[in-house]
Amino acid sequence: MHLTHMVWLAVALPVAGFLVNGALALWRPQAKTAVSVVGAGVLLAAFVVALGVFAGLSNDPSQAPVIVRLWSWLPVGRLKVDFAFQVDQLAAVMLLIVTGVSSLIHLFSIGYMREDPGYARYFSYLNLFVVFMLVLVLGSNFPVLFIGWEGVGLCSYLLIGFWFSDKVNADAGKKAFIMNRIGDFGFLVATFFIWRAFGNLDFAYVSEHAATTLAPGGAVVTAITLFLFLGCTGKSAQIPLYTWLPDAMAGPTPVSALIHAATMVTAGVYLVARTNVLFAMAPVSSAVVAGIGAVTALFAATIGLRQYDIKKVLAYSTVSQLGYMFLGAGTGAYASGIFHLATHAFFKALLFLGSGNVIHAMHQAYHATHSHEDAQDMRNMGGLRQYTPVTFWLMLIATLAIAGIPPFAGFFSKDEILAAAFARGADAPVYYVFYGMGVLAALLTAFYMARLMAMTFFGENRTGERERAHLHEAPWIMTGPLVVLGVLSVIGGAINLPPFIGGHAALEHWLEPVLEPGLRFSHLAMPTGSAEYVLVGAAVAIGVIGLWLGFRVTLGRSIPVARAAPPDRGFARVLSRKYYVDELYDALVVRPLVWLSRVVLWRGVDQRVVDGAAVNGAAVVSRLAGGGLRLLQTGQVGVYVVLFLVGAVWILRAVMR
Amino acid sequence: MTSFLDSIGYGRWILHVLLLLPVVGVVPVLLGREAWAKWTALVVTLAEFVLSVGLWWSLIPGLGDMQLVTNAVWIREWGIAYRVGIDGISMVMVLLTTSLMPLSVLASWRYITSRERGFYALMLTLLTGLLGVFIALDMFLFYVFFEVMLIPMYFIIGVWGGTNRLYAAIKFFIYTMAGSLLMLVAIVALVWRVRAVTGQMSFSYSYLLEHASAAGAAAPWLFAAFALAFAIKVPIFPFHTWLPDAHVEAPTAGSVLLASVMLKIGTYGFLRFAVPFFPQVALSPAVSRLMVALAVIGIIYGALVALVQPDFKKLVAYSSVSHLGFVMLGIWGMTLQSVQGALMVMISHGFSTGALFLLIGMLYERRHTRLIADYGGLARVVPVFSLILTLVALSSIGLPGLNGFVGEFLVLLGSFAAYPWATGIATTGVIFAAAYLLWAIQRLIYNRLDDRENEHLRDLSFRELAVLVPLVVGIVWLGLYPRPVLTRMEPASRKFVEAVMPGSTPAATLGATAAIPGSGR
Repeated sequence: MHLTHMVWLAVALPVAGFLVNGALALWRPQAKTAVSVVGAGVLLAAFVVALGVFAGLSNDPSQAPVIVRLWSWLPVGRLKVDFAFQVDQLAAVMLLIVTGVSSLIHLFSIGYMREDPGYARYFSYLNLFVVFMLVLVLGSNFPVLFIGWEGVGLCSYLLIGFWFSDKVNADAGKKAFIMNRIGDFGFLVATFFIWRAFGNLDFAYVSEHAATTLAPGGAVVTAITLFLFLGCTGKSAQIPLYTWLPDAMAGPTPVSALIHAATMVTAGVYLVARTNVLFAMAPVSSAVVAGIGAVTALFAATIGLRQYDIKKVLAYSTVSQLGYMFLGAGTGAYASGIFHLATHAFFKALLFLGSGNVIHAMHQAYHATHSHEDAQDMRNMGGLRQYTPVTFWLMLIATLAIAGIPPFAGFFSKDEILAAAFARGADAPVYYVFYGMGVLAALLTAFYMARLMAMTFFGENRTGERERAHLHEAPWIMTGPLVVLGVLSVIGGAINLPPFIGGHAALEHWLEPVLEPGLRFSHLAMPTGSAEYVLVGAAVAIGVIGLWLGFRVTLGRSIPVARAAPPDRGFARVLSRKYYVDELYDALVVRPLVWLSRVVLWRGVDQRVVDGAAVNGAAVVSRLAGGGLRLLQTGQVGVYVVLFLVGAVWILRAVMR
Repeated sequence: MTSFLDSIGYGRWILHVLLLLPVVGVVPVLLGREAWAKWTALVVTLAEFVLSVGLWWSLIPGLGDMQLVTNAVWIREWGIAYRVGIDGISMVMVLLTTSLMPLSVLASWRYITSRERGFYALMLTLLTGLLGVFIALDMFLFYVFFEVMLIPMYFIIGVWGGTNRLYAAIKFFIYTMAGSLLMLVAIVALVWRVRAVTGQMSFSYSYLLEHASAAGAAAPWLFAAFALAFAIKVPIFPFHTWLPDAHVEAPTAGSVLLASVMLKIGTYGFLRFAVPFFPQVALSPAVSRLMVALAVIGIIYGALVALVQPDFKKLVAYSSVSHLGFVMLGIWGMTLQSVQGALMVMISHGFSTGALFLLIGMLYERRHTRLIADYGGLARVVPVFSLILTLVALSSIGLPGLNGFVGEFLVLLGSFAAYPWATGIATTGVIFAAAYLLWAIQRLIYNRLDDRENEHLRDLSFRELAVLVPLVVGIVWLGLYPRPVLTRMEPASRKFVEAVMPGSTPAATLGATAAIPGSGR
């Protein structure tokens, strides 16, 4: 048997981990060592399996896609949905990223969650998440992908609301699930369209037959892709369904790193790449994808400028970076989207885990002195580089990476996306606008990251006199995984080095067999020569300027601690209140819906009209009629018999006629 | 397994035994001691379940016809006979009924504390009535069973129910009775019409089915009578208001059987009788549009009203209106996928909603309130209960990988070709389902535990786990591997679709299904 056929093991291992840790959570919650060994162990083993699968595939790429059929899931007539995995180049890349980053974050969690009473429950959820994430990236058809798609949403829900006794956390979890469901509605409708058009739901079948089944640019393919993209906006937190992601930061920080930065939220980008041929055949939808991506990248970056919670900054940053990935995918640069997905997984996971170390240190300090200050508010930090030096240097690397400074990983991937958008502008000028938004967002990205670093690590420490003595670097189990991510954030760009500095776009070539059907429809002539150098130079300059401005503006004035800070005014207030979008949704959707349901439908239609007027009204009428008819109830059997006969004859006459 | 069953002649006696055993069981329940009643009922229902399991292997694979058929003359002059038999669809419904019955008895163990003999005797009578409805192949016999199941349920609600039980029971009774009387008239009329054409009077299902076209101009009226009887049972908006009242007042076992089995008799009636008898009427453009519209209204309306219910039991009751809307949509979607999906929703809803009623009943036994606002933060106190509640709620929401998804997905997938807009609107039901259940779950088991009375609730007992675990297993099994169930029902579903569709369909549906490769026929 070929190595690629072992792929089911990568899923089975975390399934086992979930079951064991779930049982421990119920019956032996104190067995933390066992939980750690099982929880992280299954992931490391799954990573090894992933390496094997990858090796198997690269030894013999011609066999792809390999379909590993496990059982027949939904067989109804012509519909044949197998529970099957598909190993191809795209799945293999995702498999490596998911198991690799997950392994690191599981290890980190051993340290971060050590003291939590829900330790075993946490690891069982985290294992379950990996199961679903792998089903998502490996599923060989739309319904199986959907198992993973909704499953990761479920785990996200459970982990956001992990500390459920606090209503805010439980609210955030529920919000995430429901907003994702709005997207899932789109996914389902797209699936129905695909079934109607193809009579088949397998990815391989759809990409092979799309060109002959659908009219390029036609209504059907446009509808399919727009509904699919609605699903993406939910899962990957794009406008208009992005508001759940910042709230999702209520969950434990490693969860934010794994689910809400590195893996789950990138599922939408994966889905577009997976169905690239459909998007390539629908230029209008692709422009929508790119446009929403560009607008989201810029919009979220502006909000990131004015957040004080360190995790909220990173959350909006994630929304913004996901926007870049969609800009790439919508432009037809699917490989660049996946490239940015990969590098973002490294540096954003690093940033979140780094922020976890910072919060951990702050929390310990406040805990030791029994203070009730906000351990996540950057206004309470400052000068932390003395206390947490390892974390500082690692986060600095990640900051340079996300700001697009060469030779760090983010530079290459972001640059490719922007260059692609610029190139697409030659056929469709609207992409020049998207490119401009992307560049502006890059400036803001560098700015808010510099602000984050400056407020956290530079300047005077604002944590407090007594607390300062308790600020410590995190233990090695937490810094170790960060070092690995740090290395990847530095050299991660190497997986797809562009030709102009002597690379040969390895990732792009690797993914070619998967992306080829789409590329046939939308070929992209990337800029070369001097145009390329100008674009690259501009991108680097933007990053440098943004960083410089960010540090200068932030360090240029004194920062009051959170408790003593004056409220924001003017536009700063609009930004820190996130443009009031949550309030808007609440007023326009949530409250009218509840009002409609409660006042109109339930109390009105159900209780007054149907039950009150119709049903009980009929009862009153029949009671009155009964009062009259009672006169007939003489109690004499003979009368009854006569009435019965009359009635029966009457009915029979009516029937026989 | 098949050869073992053949060696004991299983197919010849099983249906009669299933019908008779519960009625026979009534005798020791009534004559024995009060304290023994529940044990006797448990033994009888368990025996019933064990006996029924063999049905799984006793149908000929791939055959959509009625099997294990018995035909014994009853009233010769009127063409009434004891005719019973099953196909894949009724077999699955029988198994659903027999598997939920012992669980319902177990769930009543402590809940029912007065007049136990009467209660369990009624439960057993109800079992016979329910099974009879699914296996009767004679319209008169069907009508008898339809009434037989009505009366025990009336008493179960009216005697062992909550404070407003009489209102609920009478509402339930009159509603269902009104429908069933109309149906009786329609049955008799159909028989007479057929006799007028063929010269033979018969209540036989297959005979009437074959000659139903004799109904002629009366067909719309006869269909209307059948449809009304079943619409009340399902219930379809706007005939649904008896359901929340009945559910809230009924004891746990009553709610479980009401939701899990009795509502399905309505949809079963459409599949078995109303639509196959009068396909020209049922699938005429006007009726199709009306039924699809009512189905979609039911889905959305039920979900939205469920959203704002303060009483958890009422919430689940309205959620049933929503789920049964999917079944109706699937029946009128009229593709193999949508009909199979409708059947899967019927089964899944039986498991999930049954489990939800059991869970809320367990909570009620501890705290004597069903108001969601009286709870909160329970996950800390009763983790196993909370885990199971979450899982069951997720299955009801339609999380793929659990049972609820399979049916809903197939219904929507199969109906989309003929009714894209209605199906699209129905699909938004997945959003509302998540909204009402997750919101309720949050207020029950998450948030702060702020009511001191909730601090010392016991977690599930062994008996309660014995009730719930089989359902949980079913929920996961049907979600991941529904294939055995689907393949057993498929021949019958195929037969239904093929019998109903040709020549009688609105041009749009036929055109669409013929032109589209994915319609599955």
